[in-house]
Amino acid sequence: MSEKITGAEALIRALIDEGVDTVFGYPGGSIMPVYDKLYDYTDRLHHHLARHEQGAIHAAQGYARASHRTGVVIATSGPGATNLVTGISDAMMDSTPLVVITGQVATGFLGKDAFQETDVIGVTLPITKWAVQIRRPEDVAPAVARAFYIASSGRPGPVVLDFAKDAQTSLTDYCFEPCKFIRSYDPDPIIDEAKVAEAASLINSAQRPMILSGHGVMLSHAEKELVELAEKAHIPVACTMLGLSSIPTAHPLYKGMLGMHGNIGPNVNTNRADLIVAVGMRFDDRVTGDVKKYAPNAKIVHIDIDASEFDKTVRTDTHIHGDAKKVLLALIPQVNPAIRHEWAASFDRHNAAERELVIKREIEPDSPTGPMLMGEVVSKVSEAFGHKAITVTDVGQNQMFGVRYSGFTETDSCITSGGLGTMGFGLPAAIGAKIGAPKRQVVLYVGDGGLQMTLQELGMIMEYNVGVKIVLLNNNFLGNVRQWQYLFFNGRYSATPMLNPDFVAVAAAYGIKGEDVADRTELAGAISRMAAHDGAYLLNVNIDPTDMVFPMTPGGAGVDEILLNEKDHYIPKD
Amino acid sequence: MDDQLYTITVFTENQVGLLNQISIIFTRRCLNIESMTVSACSIHGVHKFTITCRSNRTMMEHVVKQIERRIDVLRAFLHTDDELVYQEVALYKVPTNRLLQEGHLEGIIRRNGARVLEITDEYTIFEKTGHKSETERLFEELKEFGIRQFVRSGRVAVTKNKTEFVDLFLKEQQARKQRVESKSE
Ligand SMILES: Cc1ncc(C[n+]2csc(CCOP(=O)(O)OP(=O)(O)O)c2C)c(N)n1
Ligand SMILES: [Mg+2]
Repeated sequence: MSEKITGAEALIRALIDEGVDTVFGYPGGSIMPVYDKLYDYTDRLHHHLARHEQGAIHAAQGYARASHRTGVVIATSGPGATNLVTGISDAMMDSTPLVVITGQVATGFLGKDAFQETDVIGVTLPITKWAVQIRRPEDVAPAVARAFYIASSGRPGPVVLDFAKDAQTSLTDYCFEPCKFIRSYDPDPIIDEAKVAEAASLINSAQRPMILSGHGVMLSHAEKELVELAEKAHIPVACTMLGLSSIPTAHPLYKGMLGMHGNIGPNVNTNRADLIVAVGMRFDDRVTGDVKKYAPNAKIVHIDIDASEFDKTVRTDTHIHGDAKKVLLALIPQVNPAIRHEWAASFDRHNAAERELVIKREIEPDSPTGPMLMGEVVSKVSEAFGHKAITVTDVGQNQMFGVRYSGFTETDSCITSGGLGTMGFGLPAAIGAKIGAPKRQVVLYVGDGGLQMTLQELGMIMEYNVGVKIVLLNNNFLGNVRQWQYLFFNGRYSATPMLNPDFVAVAAAYGIKGEDVADRTELAGAISRMAAHDGAYLLNVNIDPTDMVFPMTPGGAGVDEILLNEKDHYIPKD
Repeated sequence: MDDQLYTITVFTENQVGLLNQISIIFTRRCLNIESMTVSACSIHGVHKFTITCRSNRTMMEHVVKQIERRIDVLRAFLHTDDELVYQEVALYKVPTNRLLQEGHLEGIIRRNGARVLEITDEYTIFEKTGHKSETERLFEELKEFGIRQFVRSGRVAVTKNKTEFVDLFLKEQQARKQRVESKSE
């Protein structure tokens, strides 16, 4: 038998045995034995100290999504753990693989309101894929193996390991064995051939099919198969927000984003389609609008790895339970080649109308001077990086403009908080993304509100030299809320104007280069300086606060009831 | 809506925290659990939850899927009463003197198929096993004597299916385990 080691060291070694080399975290009393052991392994396990646990977990999320690895977060008990709750919930909603390790008071103190004791399992159970407390050092290695297996397989999600302090300090034999099987959990179900055949025949007999591509396509690395299916059967593809970049934006069959601020083509045609093939998406209410009015003419085929998503909000005609890639591979040989020029062109006609009625005023504003519009900034920045950058966004108008006006030539290049809509996600997620994909450009679109929710993470950029490009779309407003106040609350701007600091000076205090872009005439030059700069950069762009995100299907409306501006609805010409 | 009483049976690994994992799925939807019984089942190491809840089928189907989605849950099933054989046990504590005075004891026991568990000068304890309507009927009959305590257990149920789905599931998992292990060698 080898020498005994502490539970804390067992954790570190198990992480390394799982192939982890990067972790994000923040120390404290109940996790100190782990941090002490980490000190001996700094050559193999690179710890990134965030400035707040929320920053650590969003960074781990960005890291996971950019690197296709499981993000690892370490924090102390009590407030350290509760500061992680937003990120855990965000990762659960957006299916991000995370292993979250929290310190916990020693087992003898559990349940006694000890100093910095929080019932972390109780708090996180509803927002985790799995959560378990480690109370004995010999349980560390199996728990870590199980945690990674659960977090990364099937529909990925966050797992919490709550690690009691005495289990960190007491001794155990160490033996690591990866977990590959849990009898109560089948992350890779056998695909029902009969359902595949059924789906194929629905596709083969459809006149007006469309594919809805979600995050699951990228989680299962099925981007190639998605395009293959679309091309073979000539089916237009629309993406959910989290599904963006599952197909390049320039692909002729890509017809735009779905949902509340999506493109007109796919939204209008959702209600004209006779077949919807939904892949790795979950019919979120931001995608469907009023479900009673959703896709009234369509049969629905739903492909997902999570059986609990079937018939949850939208009744399906066939659903196929399984990994998207495997299902698509089974489906493709059974679909007939087809040509549907007229149907595909109808998307383009609606989208051309959107260009004319909405996009044009955003990217080609009338006045050559003055404050800028978010759409023009995002499209120019995206272009400056050849549409090759990873787009990260915060939440708000900046998010909607960020995702709508970015181009994607590379797959899996959009990182945004979809299900939870977490302000403050952007900056740390961009940092994590850059650490996870150091060779790629990472561009963050963020608002003045959201940036200040996790502003402290500029410290991580400084300390670890993280070259993210921060495009601050600064309207001195909680713009998204302002837009709703304008549209639905008689322009009563309650608690949305904001007095802001000198952001460039703040960045400079962290050693980050930046510049103010006050006027449209300065924009192009500033963007090329940012693009040419090797390292982090902050552009503080002066945005017209009256700029609003359109098109828009207001809450409770059908997906084809689309506002083009504050008063006009889109009226299709056909 | 078509609300009715459904029985959900859940088979789980024997681990702490499962009760919480399952019950929060109901709480989130504001569903009132009418009864819940947890016990070992015929398979070693597997626990069985029997839960009754009044709602509509769509809601219940969704709840079952959400329960099954939890990692430590083996299988969960939705049943209506006609698919089950089920029972509940009720205990009634009634003052003895009035029962004896009025000489009803034999009739009550015969009519209801009840049992007497204990008689003292002070009180008599009845036990009735049956469906809710039956235990309720006895409750109504005993009311006039003044019931001092009453308690009814949650439902326990077994299915009328010919196939034992959990056994089948475990066999399938055993096969899956072999597939996974042979792949990694
Ligand atoms: C943590 C959190 N709090 C509140 C909200 C509600 N909310 C959504 S968008 C928004 C305004 C965002 O303002 P800003 O960051 O300046 O972005 P803008 O919309 O102006 O681009 C708010 C308050 C949220 N999504 N997340
Ligand atoms: Mg703002």
